[in-house]
Parts: sequence; C-alpha cells; structure tokens
Amino acid sequence: MIRIILPQHLRTLAQVRGEVTLEVNGPATQRSVLDALEARYPMLRGTIRDQVTQQRRAFLRFFACEQDLSHELPDAPLPDAVASGKEPFIIIGAIAGG
Amino acid sequence: MSKVRVLVGTRKGAFVLTSDGKREQWDVGGPHFAGWEIYHLKGSPADPNRLYASQSSGWFGQLIQRSNDGGKTWEPVGNKFAYDGVPGTHQWYDGTPHPWEFKRVWHLEPSLTDPDTVLAGVEDAALFRSSDGGQTWAELSGLRGHGSGPKWQPGAGGMCLHTIILDPRDPNRIFIAISAAGAFRTDDAGKTWKPINRGLYSQTIPDPRAEVGHCVHHVAMHPARPEVLFMQKHWDVMRSDDAGESWQEVSGNLPTDFGFVIDVHAHEPETIYVVPIKSDSEHFVPDGKLRVFRSRTGGNEWEALTKGLPQTNCYVNVLRDAMAVDSLDKCGVYFGTSGGQVYASADAGDSWNPIVRDLPAVLSVEVQTLA
Repeated sequence: MIRIILPQHLRTLAQVRGEVTLEVNGPATQRSVLDALEARYPMLRGTIRDQVTQQRRAFLRFFACEQDLSHELPDAPLPDAVASGKEPFIIIGAIAGG
Repeated sequence: MSKVRVLVGTRKGAFVLTSDGKREQWDVGGPHFAGWEIYHLKGSPADPNRLYASQSSGWFGQLIQRSNDGGKTWEPVGNKFAYDGVPGTHQWYDGTPHPWEFKRVWHLEPSLTDPDTVLAGVEDAALFRSSDGGQTWAELSGLRGHGSGPKWQPGAGGMCLHTIILDPRDPNRIFIAISAAGAFRTDDAGKTWKPINRGLYSQTIPDPRAEVGHCVHHVAMHPARPEVLFMQKHWDVMRSDDAGESWQEVSGNLPTDFGFVIDVHAHEPETIYVVPIKSDSEHFVPDGKLRVFRSRTGGNEWEALTKGLPQTNCYVNVLRDAMAVDSLDKCGVYFGTSGGQVYASADAGDSWNPIVRDLPAVLSVEVQTLA
C-alpha cells in the first residue's frame, strides 16, 4: 500500500480528505504511483504531470523520507519506506505569497 | 419573466450572478474553483444550462469544467490539448524561433446549435474543438499550419487565441483573433484559414501594414449582420464591412484608442461600446475616470457614459473578454474590472450600478438571457 499526500487544491479536485492510499502493481516508482493515482482519480490527469510530455509540473515537487525525489528518474524505485506504506509520498506545490 | 445570468471569471475563481429581468436585485453565487484562475466561462446557446469553464493554475495546469445545471454543480472533463503533429516554432519575444507549447485555454466558444460541441482558443495560439461535451479535444490545425505561423509572436500576455466568433448564417465561417498575430477567418469550418488584417496599421512591428503581427485585442459582431466586425486593436478601434477583408479606423473622438473590450448592442447593430485605457504602459483608465464610450454610428462619434461609474481616483483596467450584453429590451451591458467590480447597465449604458464590488480581479464576463 502506498500513501500519498496531495496538495490542498488537488484534494479538493479529487474530492478526498487526508491521505490517499493506493495499491500499485509491481515496483513502486514515481511513474507507477502516479499511473495508479490517475487511474483512481482521472480528474488529476494533467495536474501533476503534463499529459503530453509526462514531465512533472515545474511548480510541484515530490518529497519522501525527508528527501527531495523530484529529480529522480520516473522509473527509479521509491524508498522502501514509501513502498511499504511506512512513509508517505508527498506531492507539494511551491509556496507563494508576499 | 426573463432572467439574466452573468458568468464571471476571475483570478481566484468563478462567480455566477443572477437576477430577474429588472436587473436590480442580484444573487451572487460562488466562488466556484476557489483559488484557481478562471480565464473564461460561457454557456451553450443551444442549452443554457450547459456551461463550460476554463480553470487553470501555474501549479496544476489546465482543467476544463462542465456544468449541466447552469453553474450550480460542475464536473471536470477532458484537459488533454495536444497539438496536431510536430508543433513547430513561432517567434519568441527576441525574434528567435520558439517551440509551440500549450499553456492554457483563454476562451471557450460553445456551438450555436449543439451543446456538446465547443471550441477552445489556447495559448500558445491554436484552436481546438470538442464534439463530446469537452471529454476529448482535437486541434483544427489548419490555422496553426497557415504559412504565417512561424512569424507569429506573443504579446506581453502570451501568444493567445482569445477571440472566437461563429457566423450564425454560415456554420462554415469562423473568425478568430490572436495576440500578436492578428485576425483570421475560415470559410470551410476550420480546414483552411486566411489572415484578415488589411487596413490595420501597427507602429510596433517592422512593417506596420504586415499581413500578420498585429496585436488584436478583441473583435465583436452583431449576429444579424455577420459581415460587419468591430475590433479593439492594441491601439485603434476598427471596423470592417466585408467580413474582415478590409478595415477602417473608427477611433474618432475617443480620449485614447488603446483598450481591450469592444461589444455591440443586442438590438442596434450600429451601437458599440469600448472602455478606453490610458496606454499600453499605463493599463488603467485615463484621468482617474471609469468611462464606457458608446457610439450609435458604428464608430467615429463617441459619447462618454459616466452615470454611476467612479469619476475620481479610479485606476482599474477592463480586460478583453470582460464585457458582454444581454438581449432584453432595454439592452443590458455588463463589464468587470481588474479591481473586482462588475458593473451592469439595464438601459444600454445610460446609467450603471455595481452588481458586486469586491471580487478578485475580473478576467471575463459573459451573459445569458434566460426565458
């Protein structure tokens, strides 16, 4: 089981509260986790990755286990603690404000 | 009794304003999509309860929302806007080639006859169509593939296709406008396009009379006279009496001919409205006065409409899609400002009242007249 924390706007869009939990077939990678997330919540397609290029949106980052995983390859394995559900995979938006 | 529904897109959400035909008491609904930029929302002429909204964000990209109940509830539909084939390049600000990149939807134009068919004008400039209620989108690539495409360049707000006008007499004829490429027309339902910029004069481009490169801000048409077009260009208010084949300047006695909006009275095809803005370096109304200018002669002779509008210390802007008219008698005119006010006139502009004063900055205003 993978735990995912979405930014507030995407929780509203997907109509979820708190964490999202997903089962992922095969190795847990950024790509497999996001594929599973978008399959469960189709309205999130295009909001985290560009639909055409599949590139992470520039103002979003992927954090887990106190690491910034944003620049890892999409098919690189996620940390064991994320794959096991001990730690969440955090999708976070750049802060903005004055 | 008739009702009016005003659809307002803002920097931080959408609002739906409703009133009866008197247009005196208003109910303000929203915000919908709070915190998101709503560049535009518009209802289907064929089914007024079918609305489409363009929802976007610098963080999360583009979404399209659809309502089947006049804006009470919404559902996200398709948001995959993929350019047809290899996108190619247009000119960047510095004149170098730059790849076409999708950024957002500026304008949604529902079909006049089919609630499930809608056109989307996007940045970087292209036209997309959905015929399944917004679930899937396909580019009408004959426009971007026009031979002039590599010469198109962005205005300061991006290279946006912001205006789409459907000809009610000829379903194969569509007018569009792009900043800063100019206006284009198709007579074969989008397969092929021609620039319609003859008569435009823009001092900010190397050849002021070039076929493309003009920063057209908005175009308006009265449905009873689809061959007559009115244009607010970056500078200059223009009209065409031959479906865009040629244009003549009709700025006349306007205090400044820079601006964004232009619209036509619902029942008087020669009565038009603009909101002059001081300049392209000072994007607010001149002299601290918010004035709509009306011409009853199709241009050249303009009168200032000020009753009910602030005439001191006002420094707002009115963006290109932020004016609309209803079809009641007398014609209602509506516009929204960068200061968050939405003003309404129930007497064709003679007097104005704010429907609401403190919304986020207004990006677009559309009006539905309901039976």
